[in-house]
Amino acid sequence: MKRLSGFLLFAALCAALPILFPDNYYVTVVGLTVFINIILAVSLNLLMGYAGQISLGHAAFFGLGAYSSAILTIRYGLNPWLAMLAGAAMVMALSYILSRPILRLKGHYLAMATLGLGIIVHIFFVQADELTGGPDGISGLPVLSIMGLPIDSDIRWYWVLCSFMLLTVLFSLNIADSRAGRALSAVHGSEIAAQMMGIDTAKVKSHIFVFSALIASVAGSLFAHQQDFVSPESFSFFFSIELVTMVVLGGLGSTFGAVIGAFILSILPEVLIVFEDFEVLIFGAILMVIMIFLPEGLFVALKNRVIHFMRRSQGGA
Amino acid sequence: MDQLLQFLISGLTVGSIYALVALGFSIIYNASDVVNFAQGEFVMIGAMSAIFMLKAGISYPLAAFLAIVITAGVGLALDKFAIEPAKNATVVSTIIITIGASIFLRGAALLIWGKEIYGLPPFTNNDPIRIGNATILPQNLWVMLGTAVTVFAVKYFFDHTRMGKAILACSFNKKAAYLVGINVKRMLLISYGLSAALGAMAGLLVTPITFMSYNAGVMLGLKGFCAAILGGMGNSMGAVLGGVLLGIVETVGAGFISSGYKDAIAFLVIMLVLFIKPSGLLGKGEAERV
Repeated sequence: MKRLSGFLLFAALCAALPILFPDNYYVTVVGLTVFINIILAVSLNLLMGYAGQISLGHAAFFGLGAYSSAILTIRYGLNPWLAMLAGAAMVMALSYILSRPILRLKGHYLAMATLGLGIIVHIFFVQADELTGGPDGISGLPVLSIMGLPIDSDIRWYWVLCSFMLLTVLFSLNIADSRAGRALSAVHGSEIAAQMMGIDTAKVKSHIFVFSALIASVAGSLFAHQQDFVSPESFSFFFSIELVTMVVLGGLGSTFGAVIGAFILSILPEVLIVFEDFEVLIFGAILMVIMIFLPEGLFVALKNRVIHFMRRSQGGA
Repeated sequence: MDQLLQFLISGLTVGSIYALVALGFSIIYNASDVVNFAQGEFVMIGAMSAIFMLKAGISYPLAAFLAIVITAGVGLALDKFAIEPAKNATVVSTIIITIGASIFLRGAALLIWGKEIYGLPPFTNNDPIRIGNATILPQNLWVMLGTAVTVFAVKYFFDHTRMGKAILACSFNKKAAYLVGINVKRMLLISYGLSAALGAMAGLLVTPITFMSYNAGVMLGLKGFCAAILGGMGNSMGAVLGGVLLGIVETVGAGFISSGYKDAIAFLVIMLVLFIKPSGLLGKGEAERV
């Protein structure tokens, strides 16, 4: 139980917020964006933090999920859950096909390939307007309902997204402590050494790539229903970069690091809005300063300092 | 056939610009193992500062020269304040740092110059020249000529000057370069300045044709990155070749398929190249050190 005490604390906090502040804008509106971003950052961290494979195109899978839901429910009248499933299956197939050739690449080449994937998918959303509605996007998705209960208010969406977010976090925490997780961190450390230990590195990397894409796709479907609208803007290259920033900001390889990073980056625009035109400038500056002075990430740096401090005070006593 | 010739002309023009951006990428990559995602912002800063100096009444050649100097200054600052302090950063960290820098520079440009789109007047009289049924603008010729001269100047600098050779030495082995008395830090600084100046040059050449705004550098930078990879990361002349090739493939592809998918074609090509030959067209296969 001790292993998951951090998670339980986090879950309790998330559950308490809407009860304590039921009508707070930051909880029930900004909170939804925060949850979506946490899901995406945690899923990206599986690939980047655990397996050490950079991806600058994670928004593509998020977008494919969202567009699948929008197109299949509106144009083909499919049940929202079936549409979500179909989208997820499509993303799984696509990411599986792409995983081997993409993950064979390393460093800057891998960055380029994933970036290219993200941009191609984004251009497709903009250009294939008969299917995707072009730059204007698609609106008017049917309401999602769970066992007859329609998810039609902010607070209901809070619970749905919160549950899925907590599931993702729990999954991510568990994977780290599993056989698969140890294989991943072996790949992260040294691929050749991992191969020597008998790990099928190509398979391990491909599985985590598919899994991370799958989570992003489901998040996309939920996002599409919650926003009631999809447009290419939400799935651009910049969003992929923002997701990478969330992961790195909190601390690469740490699930709660990704959570904290996603939280900070989702709240930041709300805070920076008072600076209006300075927003972009400040955002860039924060990114640089943190990466230069705390390359291990905010959360991990803080955690290490606390552990260090506690060890020292124990040693002194 | 005439259509193809027309596509080749525009392809060669964009390709020249990509080549300059890619050359800048390659110089910084060689010197410091950093892929500089702010390379496209150099193009934008070069063009925008020239535009505004021209507006302020400074003569065109002087404005162009000052724009290159200003951009080189930005390049030096990038190395001094963002790359140098993060000495032992990993690949991912340096990618994020330069992405942060590019966002920062874009933010600064937004504050200084606003969101409007601007152009520069062509260098000389811009009456189209007819070649068969295709036409070519004098500015297209300026772009190709300017790129060719710049590329040869850079090549001469690296092959025949003391400083150029010193920078090359740093890129081969920093410790060895340091031991033979080369000031490695300064050489890195110069690489960033040079690379920024190349970006500014690209901006000055292309703006009379395509216009410029605070965020127009992003796509140019990414295409330059594509070109550099196509030519084999770190291979300067490969980067130039990659740029020209990318420009032509993209323009011909867009012409025959669909102009809306122009950027997608470029990235599709680069992905296919990476899938088939992960080290780029001219890149040497590298054995990983264990």
